[in-house]
Parts: sequence; structure tokens; C-alpha cells
Amino acid sequence: MIQQTTAVFLKDFQSELRTRYAINALVMFVITTLSIILFSIGGERVSLDVLAGMLWVVIFFSAMSGLSRSFVSEEERGTTMTLQLLAQPAVVYFGKLLFNLVLILSINTLVVTLYVLLIPLFVVQSASIFFLTLFLGSVGLACASTIIAAIIAKANSKGTLYPVLSFPILLPLLMTVMNATKLSLDGAPFTEATGEFRVLISYSVVLVAVSWVLFDYVWKD
Amino acid sequence: MKYKFWKILLGIWLALVIIVGFSFDIVDSPQNWNEFPNIPGLENKARIIFFHVPTAWIAVIAFLMAMVNGIRYLQKNDLEYDVRSSSAAGLGLIFCILATVTGAIWAKFNWGAYWNWDPRQTSIFVLMLIYGAYFALRSAIEVDEKRASLSAVYAIIAFVTVPFFVFIMPRMMSGLHPGSASDEGAGPVVDFSMDTTMYIVFLASLFGFTLLYLWIYELRVRLGMIELRYESLRSHE
Repeated sequence: MIQQTTAVFLKDFQSELRTRYAINALVMFVITTLSIILFSIGGERVSLDVLAGMLWVVIFFSAMSGLSRSFVSEEERGTTMTLQLLAQPAVVYFGKLLFNLVLILSINTLVVTLYVLLIPLFVVQSASIFFLTLFLGSVGLACASTIIAAIIAKANSKGTLYPVLSFPILLPLLMTVMNATKLSLDGAPFTEATGEFRVLISYSVVLVAVSWVLFDYVWKD
Repeated sequence: MKYKFWKILLGIWLALVIIVGFSFDIVDSPQNWNEFPNIPGLENKARIIFFHVPTAWIAVIAFLMAMVNGIRYLQKNDLEYDVRSSSAAGLGLIFCILATVTGAIWAKFNWGAYWNWDPRQTSIFVLMLIYGAYFALRSAIEVDEKRASLSAVYAIIAFVTVPFFVFIMPRMMSGLHPGSASDEGAGPVVDFSMDTTMYIVFLASLFGFTLLYLWIYELRVRLGMIELRYESLRSHE
């Protein structure tokens, strides 16, 4: 099963490298959003709370514009049937999850690098909290958005529906990571953020478990 | 005909609840059976409990029923459960809006603002978002079976994320809503500030509203089933 999962992942990864469909659009999306934020901030001293929140606004919307590709492209290219015949649902799910995870982690690396470089006020005081939050937040984002992507791939008006369906599901995650990012900017000790990390880990575990059980119903026509 | 009796009774019951809820006096130390206790900080505004809390309760119950019927649909593949699920969700959305609006009006007079992201307000807002997303999803899928299974899956996923708010909310903000742990003014109303009269009226209202919900729910399910049969008959012609 692990072999098959990596095969699905590699298939997506290679077709992404070949077409660069998601990655090109995503990089431009991140740059556009960040420049809008920079324009709106101007020379003002914005509070750290707002900066922490804004970072996750950028991450949320880049995820929403990129992560649905994994399933939508299968529907658009008409390859869903082939994949249904060749692989078990669970294999497809975990392959796509892995792909989305790699995609969101690389996008978030870009977002955070640009954010730190372009906004001098955004100084991370406790790096351990910040990077663990970023990592666990990305994992949670990928876990929640993969199953939603599978759902909207079967619906009309996919692009607008994706953030609408994902937002209520992602809200607990977003509230937690914003809180944890604030803590890291304030330079809180690591022990203060363990509650947040526990929420993030259990969130990912619960969503993966539920998605795994329910994916059959979404995937089969 | 045999069902008509309890419907009339329910009408009288709810009318009584409304009359009693508005007309009984609020006094400092109630002596008679037709007086409510004075809850410091709430006074006459405490009367909202008879109408606002039942609507919020039904908004949650309807969500639960939508999810349970969604699970049943996935098990049995019978479109009747989808009709049940969407009927419950439709009513849930209406009651959710009612609870939000009555709560916001009350908040304007008690807290000074219609909206201030109190934990309860945030959670009812999330519930409304889930209902909204559920119907946005339903309207975007044309095939009946696909719509049923996908919206059932969505309802289940939305349901499992709800418990996280219980852990997150207290860390994020303190509550002003009567009944929340950090509320010092009115205290947990439901626990000890209500006396027997108030408690009985509250339970009567809760009971009446739940029956009203079940009545409309059954009507909608029957209507939905007729529509479903009509569609299938027309497609066979």
C-alpha cells in the first residue's frame, strides 16, 4: 500500500513539474497578496497581532487557490475513471494528501520567507514555537483541504465553493495557529504553546481518520 | 384527523408559554407562583431565555439530525434519508438565524453592541457558516445520489471539527454570555438563578418549540418525498 501511495504521489508530482500548473499560479498569487498587504500597511506601525493574523490570511487563501488542483485536474482531464480502476480509494486519498502536504509546505516556506524579508516589524522571538506552528498548521491545512477538494471536484462552480466549504472546517485550526503565532512573536516560552500544539495534532489526526473512512463515498461514482 | 388534536393543543401550549413568559412579574424575592426572580444585571431582559434558548437548542438538534440522517443515507443508499437530512438542515438554518438575530438584539440592550465575538456568538456564527456551506454544496450538484452522499460526508466532517471549539474558545476569549463560566454578573443562569416557576416555563417552552420543530420537519419530509416520487414518475414517462 505504501508503494502504491508513493506511486500516486509521484504521478501527481511529476505531472505538476511538467505543467507547473499549480505552482506558477500559486507563486504569483502569493506575490500579489503580499504586495497588497505591503501597500495597505505603508509606513504604519501595525500591531503584532494583526501581522500574525495576516500571515495566516495569506496562507489560507493561497491554500484555497492551490490545493483543489489535485482532484479538480483529474476531473478536468477525465482521468478519474482510470485512477478508480487502477488504485484503491485509500491509496488515492493518501497519495493526494501527501502531494498536497508537499505543496502547502513549499508554498508556506515561500510565504514566510517573503513575509519576514518584506515586513521588518515581523520578528519571530521564539523560533521553536513559530516553526512547529507553521509545520503543524500546514499539516492540518492539508488534511482538511484534501477531503474538501475531493468533494468539490464533483460539484459545479468549484473555485468559489472551495473556500466556502473549507472555512468552517478550518476555523478551529486557523484560530489556534493565529494564537500560537502571536505567542511566538511575543517570545513566550515553549511550554506556553503546548496546548495549541496538542489541538493542532489532534485536529490533523481526527480529520485524516474521518476522511479515510468517508473517502470511499466521495470517490466512487 | 387523529393528528389534528395535538396540533391544536400545541398551539394553545405555545400561546400560554408566550403569555406567561411576557406577563409574569419580575420581583426581588418571589412569593407567589406567578412571579419570576430578579436576576441582577438582567432584570426584564431575562425573559429572552424562553424564546432565544429554544431556538438555539433546535439549531443544534437539527444539525445533529441532519448528520445522523446523512450517516444513515451512506449506510442504506435510500434517498428518503437525504430528504430527512436536508429538511432538518433547512429548518436548522432558519432557527439558527432566529437565534442569532434575537441574541444580537438582546446583546445590543445588555452589552451595548449587536456583535462582539462572544464565544457563544462565535459558535452560532460557525454553525450558520456550516449550514450555509452545506446548502451552497447541495445547490452545486445536479445528480440526486451524488448530492446526497457528498452533502452527508460534508455534514459529518463539519460535525467532527465542532468539539475543537470547546477547547479553543476559553483560551481565546472570555465569555459575557449568561451561563458561561467566566460570567460574574448574571452567573450561570440555568444552574441556580432560575426558581421553580421560571424553570417550568423554560422547560415548557423548550418542549413546545421542539414539538413545533418536529411538526414542521415531518411536513417537510412528506413534501420532499412527494417531490421525489413525482420526479421519478416524470422521468419514467
